[in-house]
Amino acid sequence: MKKIEAIIRKTKFEEVKEALLSSDIDWFEYHDVHGIGQSRQERIYRGVQYSTDVIERVAIAIVCRDQFVEPTVNVIIETAHTGEVGDGRIFVSEMIDTWSIRTGEHGDTVLRDKK
Amino acid sequence: MNDIALSLDTVWMLLAAMLVFWMQPGFALCEAGFTRGKNTANILFKNFVDFMFGSLLFWFVGFGFMFGSEGAGFIGAPNWGDLSFYKGELPVEGFLMFETVFCATSATIVSGAMAERTKFSMYVIYSAVITLLIYPVEGHWTWGGGWLSDATADSFMMQTFGDVFHDFAGSAIVHSVGGALALIGALALGPRRGKYAKDGSSRAIPGHSLTLAALGVFILWMGWFGFNPGSQLAASGEVNRTAISHVLLTTNLAAAAGGVATMFLTWWKYGKPSFSLMLNGVLAGLVGITAGCDLVSPVGAVVIGLICGLVLVFSIEFIDHVLHIDDPVGASSVHGVCGVLGTLLTGLLSTSNGALYGGGWGFFGAQCFGIVVIDLWAAVCGIALFYGIKKLHGLRVDARIEDEGLDVYEHGETCYN
Repeated sequence: MKKIEAIIRKTKFEEVKEALLSSDIDWFEYHDVHGIGQSRQERIYRGVQYSTDVIERVAIAIVCRDQFVEPTVNVIIETAHTGEVGDGRIFVSEMIDTWSIRTGEHGDTVLRDKK
Repeated sequence: MNDIALSLDTVWMLLAAMLVFWMQPGFALCEAGFTRGKNTANILFKNFVDFMFGSLLFWFVGFGFMFGSEGAGFIGAPNWGDLSFYKGELPVEGFLMFETVFCATSATIVSGAMAERTKFSMYVIYSAVITLLIYPVEGHWTWGGGWLSDATADSFMMQTFGDVFHDFAGSAIVHSVGGALALIGALALGPRRGKYAKDGSSRAIPGHSLTLAALGVFILWMGWFGFNPGSQLAASGEVNRTAISHVLLTTNLAAAAGGVATMFLTWWKYGKPSFSLMLNGVLAGLVGITAGCDLVSPVGAVVIGLICGLVLVFSIEFIDHVLHIDDPVGASSVHGVCGVLGTLLTGLLSTSNGALYGGGWGFFGAQCFGIVVIDLWAAVCGIALFYGIKKLHGLRVDARIEDEGLDVYEHGETCYN
């Protein structure tokens, strides 16, 4: 069982969401994140020029069984890709265990991914 | 005068008073939008303080200081809530309301420049002093029939300039006074924490909502349609109906020209048209036209708007980058600089007695002299007031309060929950 965390462009979120749902991922969480990176955006406010290094992205987190990691990662790479710098990153980490609160069962079989 | 005509004039005056009152929410939204969300309750509250204290104090004393006593004096006699001294054709209670909203407009200009770091208690004192004394006194010199507007042949103004000072709706009397106090207040306070880097360079502190600021400016623009045309104080008869129509047109043209000038100048200067400065540009045009909206032609109005819109950008940069006075909303440039500019340009562009229309330099001289004494009065009072309070009571909140927001510490209430 693995956790896939992807940081993607906000503009790509809808596409990635649709692709994940149609590839039978049962549930995932997402949140807006602010990152600080090397790229700068020039802004002007009331005659003062300044650069902002705050980068806005969406972070998606999916927990799935081992055999679904590769197809899921591929779906994200395909849909979140533009080719420009700043498309994002995907991180995969090991999950030790999981419980279903409703039934009390544990182990990766409680994950409802259908594949 | 015909009874119906007088009623029509009264209705027009009251309607204009309501429109000018509507400038209060305009200022409130504009200032809230240009500042950070952690100080929004505080800045909105200050705008209410200005109108609440203004209404009570101007009714009770300020109205008498401004319009009381006969002759060309320095200050009228306080009326202590009694309105019977006033001898005009229009109902005195309506006239008091009309003058109250102007007084409160002058007062409320300052809150934006002093935003995000001023003690609330100090602001209440300031607001009381401007409505009680600073505004009524210079208002007495001009609209109250005092020495700057005394047109009798042997008066000082007629002897010296051959003309009296003219400020139709308050570029000088309302706006430049508010702007001068705004500049001195912001100077006495010092910049917001983090506004200037150690090397002296200016940092941007973006306001939390340009949506609110934009709505505020549109509301002010509309309020000005009462501020200027209402100052005719009459609507009946051919002269008045022509005048108020003319003033409405010149007011609107100057606002549009001011915004356009700022838009193109910032486009050229920064590579992109600046929305936040364009909003100020519209107000710059409005402030500029206010003194001479009755005397200049539509072309003159566009010229005044364009000049104010252009000068505004350089003024904001100069005050921020060179003087290092932190004025978060640009009140000192919009109301101070453009108020002065509009008063002076009236002396050049008035079609009846302006210098560029062959009227000679007497009227322009009267305008120069008038603006100097009015703003000198405001500056002297402002320095005494703000530096006096600074010594006795302190102007600024503590650094921690400033960092975490005035809403939480000064009021215990936040705007966004």
